[in-house]
Amino acid sequence: MRAYVPGYEMLAPKALDEALGLLAASPETLTPIAGGTDLMVLFECGRLPEGRYLSLWQLDELRGIDITDEFVTLGALTTYRDVRDHPLLQAEFPMLCAAAAESGAIAIQNRGTLGGNIINASPAADSPPALLAYDAEIELVKKGGARWVPYRGFHLDYKVMDKEPGELLRRVRLPRRKDEASWTHFYRKVGTRRYQAISKVCFAGLAQLDSKGAIKVVRIGLASVAPTVLAAVETETALIGQTPSAKLAAQARAAMAKDVTPIDDIRSTAEYRRHVSINLAGAFVDTLSG
Amino acid sequence: MADPKPANANKAAGPKTKAVKAATSGSSKSKAKPSATATGKIPMTLSVNGKSLKVEAFPMARLLDVLRESLDLTGTKEGCGEGECGACSVFMDGRLVNSCLVPVLQATTAKIVTIEGVADGNKLQPIQETFITEGGAQCGICTPGMILAAIALLKKHPQPTDAQIREGLSGNLCRCTGYMKIFDSVRVAAERALANEGASTP
Amino acid sequence: MIGTNVPRKEGIPKVTGAALYIDDMVFDELLHGATIRSTVPHGTLVDVHFEGDLPWDEFVVVRASDVPGDNVVTMIESDQPFLADGRIMHAGEAVVLIAHADKDLVARARKHVRLEITPLEPVLSIADSVAKKATLYAKDNAFKRFLVEKGSTKDAFKADGLTIVEGEYTTGAQEQLYIEPNGMVAIASEKEGVTIWGSLQCPYYVHKALVPLFGLGADNVRIVQATTGGGFGGKEEFPSIIAGHAALLSWKAGGKPVKLIYDRAEDMWVTTKRHPSITRHKTAIDAKGKLVAMEVDFRIDGGAYATLSSVVLSRGTIHACGPYACPNQRITAAAMATNHPPHGAFRGFGAPQSIFGLERHLDRCAAAVGLTPDEFRRRNLLKPGQTTATHQVIEEKIDLPAMLDLALKRSDWAKKREAFEVENAKEGARIKRGIGLASFFHGSGFTGSGEVYLASVVGVRARQGGTIEILASSTEIGQGTNTIFAQIASEALNIPYEWIQIANPDTANVPDSGPTVASRTCMVVGKLVERGCRQLVDALRKGGFLAGDGYDAKQFARACDAYIFRHGKLEATTTYTPPPGVEWDEKRYRGSAYAAYGWAVYVAEVSVDMLTWEARVEHFTAVQDIGKVIHPVLAAGQVEGGVTQGIGFALYEDVVWRDGSMINNQMTNYIIPTAADVPPIDVVFHEVPFAHGPSGAKGVGELPMDGPAPAILNAIEHATGLSITSLPAAPEVIMAAALKNAAEATHG
Repeated sequence: MRAYVPGYEMLAPKALDEALGLLAASPETLTPIAGGTDLMVLFECGRLPEGRYLSLWQLDELRGIDITDEFVTLGALTTYRDVRDHPLLQAEFPMLCAAAAESGAIAIQNRGTLGGNIINASPAADSPPALLAYDAEIELVKKGGARWVPYRGFHLDYKVMDKEPGELLRRVRLPRRKDEASWTHFYRKVGTRRYQAISKVCFAGLAQLDSKGAIKVVRIGLASVAPTVLAAVETETALIGQTPSAKLAAQARAAMAKDVTPIDDIRSTAEYRRHVSINLAGAFVDTLSG
Repeated sequence: MADPKPANANKAAGPKTKAVKAATSGSSKSKAKPSATATGKIPMTLSVNGKSLKVEAFPMARLLDVLRESLDLTGTKEGCGEGECGACSVFMDGRLVNSCLVPVLQATTAKIVTIEGVADGNKLQPIQETFITEGGAQCGICTPGMILAAIALLKKHPQPTDAQIREGLSGNLCRCTGYMKIFDSVRVAAERALANEGASTP
Repeated sequence: MIGTNVPRKEGIPKVTGAALYIDDMVFDELLHGATIRSTVPHGTLVDVHFEGDLPWDEFVVVRASDVPGDNVVTMIESDQPFLADGRIMHAGEAVVLIAHADKDLVARARKHVRLEITPLEPVLSIADSVAKKATLYAKDNAFKRFLVEKGSTKDAFKADGLTIVEGEYTTGAQEQLYIEPNGMVAIASEKEGVTIWGSLQCPYYVHKALVPLFGLGADNVRIVQATTGGGFGGKEEFPSIIAGHAALLSWKAGGKPVKLIYDRAEDMWVTTKRHPSITRHKTAIDAKGKLVAMEVDFRIDGGAYATLSSVVLSRGTIHACGPYACPNQRITAAAMATNHPPHGAFRGFGAPQSIFGLERHLDRCAAAVGLTPDEFRRRNLLKPGQTTATHQVIEEKIDLPAMLDLALKRSDWAKKREAFEVENAKEGARIKRGIGLASFFHGSGFTGSGEVYLASVVGVRARQGGTIEILASSTEIGQGTNTIFAQIASEALNIPYEWIQIANPDTANVPDSGPTVASRTCMVVGKLVERGCRQLVDALRKGGFLAGDGYDAKQFARACDAYIFRHGKLEATTTYTPPPGVEWDEKRYRGSAYAAYGWAVYVAEVSVDMLTWEARVEHFTAVQDIGKVIHPVLAAGQVEGGVTQGIGFALYEDVVWRDGSMINNQMTNYIIPTAADVPPIDVVFHEVPFAHGPSGAKGVGELPMDGPAPAILNAIEHATGLSITSLPAAPEVIMAAALKNAAEATHG
């Protein structure tokens, strides 16, 4: 059922400062909108609250991908298309590129933004599992202040974030890793069809083995298995310092069963999500043991 | 010989034939900038198919509705209203987007191309021709969006692989063809482009 | 001309965006309509409240009491109202209509009409309907029952040495999901009569429904088809309701045009879907692998009103024993009333449901007697001279074993079957592969005496210069009606394809050629086009305007001009007559159910990822006999489109119900295949011309919908050993079967 179009006001400031000023003036009643690939869906079916919206799309200050030795920093308005086409991201952060390439299809990827994907806070979002695995940090800005926070821990509960009203997501940065050959990236989006799918389970696992073959670093992010995108802490704990083996795969499966708290909804069942998460945890370890 | 017998002869006034308002382009001199605080309908200028057009619209109105209702560019179709089917695809600054998900205020700074802007007058583009000859168009409702998606695909991959065709068109749903004849339409258009290139660069 | 790939008649407007679909049409003084619907599946309407801060006096409001004629959607039965008044029979049922010139205001207002309804106990499954949880229709909740019987299964089952196999198979609802949602525009008033423009398959169905709604003469109701963005059955019967609603609003508004366009969510929520079904089989097979007796019980969920359920049931029933020779067959069938929105026409019309059950069951029968699926079918496929379940003697010159061999060869069946089995047996095989088949038939045209009752009419009109206009109510909905009619006429008249024009279906201008359904357009109406063209040539010859045996286009044009100069006009009208020998006993459900059938053998190759239980179709082979192929590209397009809908039916498409409403009524959550989900499809036509079709053609539209689902699920069983008996075989369903199997292996 359609929205009542006159019930929506939109502000479109030209500069970030101006946008932050507007947000500071009405932090509770002004809602930012970036590429619209989530909010406009709600708008169409009449579920987007009427009121005032702050368009960010025209803020070029929120665009661009910066590269230093230490970090790759992406503006909040970086689109999935920008991500998937970027050679350095393809080389060093392939799971983020895979997530971008499997978000909707090309027309969505041209408008959907990394920042929007984070702030919309859908537990089924595609890029957050990879961001968790790559240990992303995000920068939140408001009038007169800015802070960097680890992305892990940013989502507190369903659609609840460690973000003050009036704060805007400006950038996302990913720490670059050395010795690329020692790292394994394991990504799998399970969404029934190949494109234009909302995930039933999305799994991003990153691990580094030390010279003896033990797991030195491991980070796992999942989507669609909990009220928020999820860092699989139990599974990570079970794996760290261990040498991949069939036995470890079984331990990973057992740990994953504790990590996830999926639900039934119109897209899938809790049982399916649980079993697939468990299988993917086992397959991730299998991949590490070669 | 007998007349074919229609059931009736009721003649109500029909739909109006279209006078495309897109012809009434204004100069960009008096270009109305979107104001920072917009309430109610606001005047704005859109660049569509190479023409600068003035409209008044609510800022959150969908670009799709403004194209269809204010500019009479009804070649852009609505299939789902949620960015799933691709029937409303248009180009914004050379990038394919779902016009049902674009608040019109965000489109005022972009160059927009719709299906009406694809053919050169009466001369069809090769991809439009192959959608006819290879059977890519059946009921036709997905066809405008599908053709724009095919153009985006061929721009990125002039000689696409099967996998690239499948991925490039995966945001445009078709319920008639099973896609095979659409793939053929894209392949043949790509082959023709290659042949033409070969012919023009000996 | 026949058998060539001429360009689609209406191709250019479709690729330039110029084609006008209903929502593209512009009218002066237009009002926008909306429909206020029940959200409860069963209840009693108490009151309607108009709330909110809205200028209600500016709105046109229509309720049941405003209907000028009969508040009944005239179809087979007369049980469905245009607007509910008193009893609410399903969620989504229309109660109030509103309209206003301001589209935004309509969007706001529709949320502020509150229906006060006292809920009643709903019936939401076939089982609950059979158990009479509530009485919805007649005494037993059955809209229709059929019994088809040949020989005696009861006696046959008593014999010794038989293998008996029983099974139950279920299919869910399926949404047509034409990409253009439903929509209509109406101009209606006492003075002007009623005119409708809309997205529709069957102009005369709408006509038939609107005449009594307004109590007008037939000549005062006119239905015009707009360019239609897909139908698949979904725009067969439901458009009558939307047209009625738009016209009621316009009538109340004093004749102002009213546009009523459904958005996707509304379209998916309230319009018809494929009937859910349950098929039970009991089959006896002898030691030679021959079918001895087949008992089938076929039940469908008709929804809240009778609509077309009886004819859907009929087709499903007649196809339930498939193209197999078996001396003893008994089919019992029932269409049951529930409080779901009425289920309706969808490509295949009951046959995909019963054929799914049969073809899954036959794989289990084959296994039970130690035969491969192909060998078991080879031993039982119908041959000319043998009879179907309705005692119809097969007179077409079919060779089904040859088609089976062709399909096996094209799909590399034997080699793949063996290779997959070796690979699947390997320890830890994460991707399992399988190959499966289905052999089936699909009757072209209306069932039994249906075509005789329809008595379809086609007109052919010559114009100055020899151009020809075909006048038929058959609609172009993407399948190529305009193009094949022009080909048939061009062939019959021996004049260029470009000289043939197809009149737009408009009941003020074209005769009633019957509905655009049932794979009848090419075979039945196309034949009338051919005959009409021949009559025209005969008239020219008899009048001496054409001399000798042959003529060229120029001579034809001159002859037309001379005829028209002398007689004022040159027209021919033809009416359907059945092919000889087509007889049907409606009472015993026996005889020639269809004048001709399409025949097919389909092979699906699948992979199943055992980590996620996702099945994918990797390759598909579709071998079929549809008689002579008029337009190879269009015909292949029909097959590929049908196969793809079949893949959706098999693996993805799942209508999720809650309290009688579809709750995944969005394209995001109702999953149809994208371009990336379809395999290569190898389409092969095994052409056996049919003596009574135009140039030997039969129907093609529905056949390809019947075979994919069972072939795919048979392939999944081959890959995984898991026997899935319900549709869709979603990953959750395959997982449940896998876990059950694993548990039984551990404990059993």
